[in-house]
Amino acid sequence: MSEALVRPLKALSTRTYLWTAAAVLLLALPFYLDRFWLQAGLFAMAAALGAIGINLLTGATGQLSMGHAFFLAVGAYGYCVFAADGDDGLTGLGLPTWLAAVLAVLVAGVAGGLFSPISGRLSGAYLGIATLALVFIGQHVMFNAHDLTGGANGRDVPPLNLFGLTFDDRELLVAAVPFGSAEKLWYAGLLALLGGALFARGVLRGRPGRAMNAIRDHRIAAGVIGVPVARYRAAVFVLSSMYAGLAGVLLALVFQRTVPDYFGITLSLEYLAMIVIGGLGSVSGAVAGAVFVSLLPQLLTRYSDALPLVSAPGTGGIAPGEASRYLYGAAVVLVVLFLPGGLVRVTARRRTRTLTEER
Amino acid sequence: MSTFAEILLNGVSLGSVYALIALGFVVIFRATEVVNFAHASLLLAGGYFTASLHDDLGFWPALLVGIAGAALVGAAVEFFVMRRYRGSDHSVLAIVTIGVDILLTTELTRRIGTDVLALGDPWGDAVLKLGPISLAHTRIAAFVAAALLITAFLLVFRYTSWGVAMRAAAESAETAALMGVRLGRVSLGAWAVAGGLAAVAALFLTVFPTPGLERATSLAALKAFPAAILGGLDSTTGALVGGLLVGVTESLATGYQSDLTFLGRGLGDLAPYLVMVAILLIRPAGLFGTKELARV
Repeated sequence: MSEALVRPLKALSTRTYLWTAAAVLLLALPFYLDRFWLQAGLFAMAAALGAIGINLLTGATGQLSMGHAFFLAVGAYGYCVFAADGDDGLTGLGLPTWLAAVLAVLVAGVAGGLFSPISGRLSGAYLGIATLALVFIGQHVMFNAHDLTGGANGRDVPPLNLFGLTFDDRELLVAAVPFGSAEKLWYAGLLALLGGALFARGVLRGRPGRAMNAIRDHRIAAGVIGVPVARYRAAVFVLSSMYAGLAGVLLALVFQRTVPDYFGITLSLEYLAMIVIGGLGSVSGAVAGAVFVSLLPQLLTRYSDALPLVSAPGTGGIAPGEASRYLYGAAVVLVVLFLPGGLVRVTARRRTRTLTEER
Repeated sequence: MSTFAEILLNGVSLGSVYALIALGFVVIFRATEVVNFAHASLLLAGGYFTASLHDDLGFWPALLVGIAGAALVGAAVEFFVMRRYRGSDHSVLAIVTIGVDILLTTELTRRIGTDVLALGDPWGDAVLKLGPISLAHTRIAAFVAAALLITAFLLVFRYTSWGVAMRAAAESAETAALMGVRLGRVSLGAWAVAGGLAAVAALFLTVFPTPGLERATSLAALKAFPAAILGGLDSTTGALVGGLLVGVTESLATGYQSDLTFLGRGLGDLAPYLVMVAILLIRPAGLFGTKELARV
């Protein structure tokens, strides 16, 4: 009896405290940070969701995808089409916004499923090139299907409305702090990220995760022990595109306007950079990489005056966006060469070391 | 009919340029089993060297410097990055090339900026008239140069000891190494050759009727990826056929754009990818690629 009491207390050690502290911090941030940092944080959350999805595919199953930008676009535009009321002359179904968000994610999944004849049969880098097609098809549709996407100018994103609370810029005072869209969306984003991370962790730790890793490590052996390889590859592709769709919805809500230029090949490469830098095949790696890659340009923009070599865009020096691309490009190369496993592996290694020392 | 012939000839010429890029891509893949996503940036590098030097050196020396420079960049990537990787997972190396691509493309597009750089080629916008058909000199030059280079390359690949070493390394790296083939040198050579071919392709992707070297040139270079993969990544024949197929489809889609307006503008840029998807649906290993067979 006493043992049973002692054990949960022991489990409440450093890790639990750290998590609680992190949770409190994240919940309290909107009360203190200004809009710039909240938006940066929201971008990071959206990126983390997308990165978790692509890490399930590329990290855990070994299938390279360069078409992630397409599914982000499907999520973002899908939400607009379902939620808009058609006042601006573009197609809008005027559905409740929560339903629109769910449907947008499902549509992204269906789009991934339509690609399954290819995603199930091709492996690794071959799939990477094949999925390049998706980005270009997506760009073509975004620029040309004017009724759905608003063409090159993009379209406005209707604000989310959940349980009577509208996530727009009408200010709402909470504890004497004015809550605009960024503050309100912060909590929606946190919730989505938490749900997405837990689900992905469940997938990775359970039977499907083992099967995915088996496919990555040895496709034939996986097939021999009874893993339906093609079906798994296709299914992971669908799941990964649904994560991208959700990230797209969140991004659209933060941007408040979707434009086709954003969803280009660079975006796909950015997501690949995230998972490589953070750590392939794990949820925490995806989140760490996403935070790194998406906060880097924001940090450089904010502090460009104080940094050597970096200057504001158009003044001749290296613009913050370019500087951050140099940094994460170099980070991708260096991490793969010298830090296999990514950023999270560094802390994980330390943890295993302390564990073995404790024993 | 004459428009059709014109479009077809232009397509073949464009296709031969794509074949040149795809060939370099396939050479790297065969020699090292690495899918090189940095290929478009090698091309951009070659084009940039030529564009920035042709005023001082004249066109031909500048082109030579461009070719040598791109070859050097390719070799440097191999030597300083690819060779340092100690693991055995080639798809991870493919991701490294993505990192390299981000670095090189960022640097080059920053240097190019919003400019459109001329490469100073001697053909200008001269047009050859053959009865009802008119063809730009640049297109003829592109086809001739690509055909010569590809033939030369295939001969070297077949008959020189370097070519034999490369084919042996592609067949079985371990056996080749045991027979005395120096794998490092083979892979260094492959990257250099690919860079050189890409630099030549850069010239012909940016001459008339295209305005010149600009940021978007790397997007045009990306079309060699579908060319390489629809032919089969490990087949040189595949690269040639794939390149021609992509070039002709793009040319047809652009040429008959006015009849295809219901599909939207800019279809020519999309066509190569649609062809690739269609072919991969039927033949997942590409037209000439070896089907992945495994013995357990």
